[in-house]
Amino acid sequence: MSDEDQGILWEVFIQVKAGRPFKHVGSLHAYDKEMAMKAARDLYTRRNEGNGIWIVKAENIISSDINDGESFFDPSNDKIYRHPTFYKIPDGVKHI
Amino acid sequence: MEDEKKLIQFQQKIDQDIKIEPRDWMPEKYRQTLIRQISQHAHSEIIGMQPEGNWLTRAPSLRSKKILMAKIQDEAGHGLYLYCAAETLGIKREQFLQWLHEGKAKYSSVFNYPTLTWADMGAVGWLVDGAAIVNQVSLQGTSYGPYARAMVKICMEESFHQRQGFEIMVQLANGTKEQKEMAQDAVNRWWWPSIMMFGPHDSESAHSNQSLKWKIKRESNDELRQRFIDKTIEQGHHLGLIFPDPNLKLNPETNHYDYSPIDWDEFWNVVKGNGAGNRQRLNHHIKAHEDGKWVREAAIAYAKKSNLKQKSA
Ligand SMILES: [Fe+2]
Ligand SMILES: [Fe+2]
Repeated sequence: MSDEDQGILWEVFIQVKAGRPFKHVGSLHAYDKEMAMKAARDLYTRRNEGNGIWIVKAENIISSDINDGESFFDPSNDKIYRHPTFYKIPDGVKHI
Repeated sequence: MEDEKKLIQFQQKIDQDIKIEPRDWMPEKYRQTLIRQISQHAHSEIIGMQPEGNWLTRAPSLRSKKILMAKIQDEAGHGLYLYCAAETLGIKREQFLQWLHEGKAKYSSVFNYPTLTWADMGAVGWLVDGAAIVNQVSLQGTSYGPYARAMVKICMEESFHQRQGFEIMVQLANGTKEQKEMAQDAVNRWWWPSIMMFGPHDSESAHSNQSLKWKIKRESNDELRQRFIDKTIEQGHHLGLIFPDPNLKLNPETNHYDYSPIDWDEFWNVVKGNGAGNRQRLNHHIKAHEDGKWVREAAIAYAKKSNLKQKSA
């Protein structure tokens, strides 16, 4: 029984309402994309949790390297002028 | 040396309530504890469908059949969320099933008890799901990210389980004399097993301290058990049913209910697999798994074939 017969891993993303971003909700096993889509519906939207579903083969997801996360995100550290709080606005100026 | 430094950083993260994610460094013992606990939890959800499936065709109305079906479907979902969470620790789904079938992995022994009457469906939802919810609400704060996220989703779905069970108890407790007796009989049989679901006392629990330090568990067995007892007794008073423990009394000093010593011999007997239903539950799972083999084979063959077609098109 140790042969691999449980299907492949898919990641599931749900859009709660039209106009909202798709968010990761979990994963599932399925053998092909039709089955993955039906399983995603049955597993993750039994209570109207979604308006749309994306499924992606887990192996197709490319993710940043957790071990050099700090240096990878370095370039944004010294650019505080990207934040609105960097700028001095005279007192009394509104709606800016 | 390197590991020692990592261990200190790991504990710092835990202390700051930063979740641990699958690719983060973790002590081997943390990983092993999670593999054991999450897979045991997953198996419990899956095996837990059996005592309820037993009543699907005999539930007294179309309404109750539909509700029971929805509950069982939820439990299947809970098992699947948890298997996925456990798999992030580097073990394959096939392996978890094999360990279950070989008896190396456990599931909650409460599911080895038989469900004899319709009142048992009420008592299971009210007491067994009720106890599980107390545990699961606490586990929403567990330190391992995938496990915590699965728990949040599970807790959202569980709340109807306990209510539907309590509704059955209300109906029977207010019904004919026979129905009321049936409800009382179910409480008599399910009260102690559901209290034992929280596991051994803190003083006897081998893994407890390290699990609390690593925040795998957020509260101890006895704390969770006491919370369950306190709130359930008040619910029982509404039903007018009696709990099978003459020593249940509100202690004015602690403001908690005191209870009789637990019969742990029976607990360990059932955990070790001597419960009436143990062999039956496992055999049923193995048979269902083997009967489904041709479906899995066909699905794999179909997926391969449509992959080839796509590539040549
Ligand atoms: Fe559940
Ligand atoms: Fe449940």
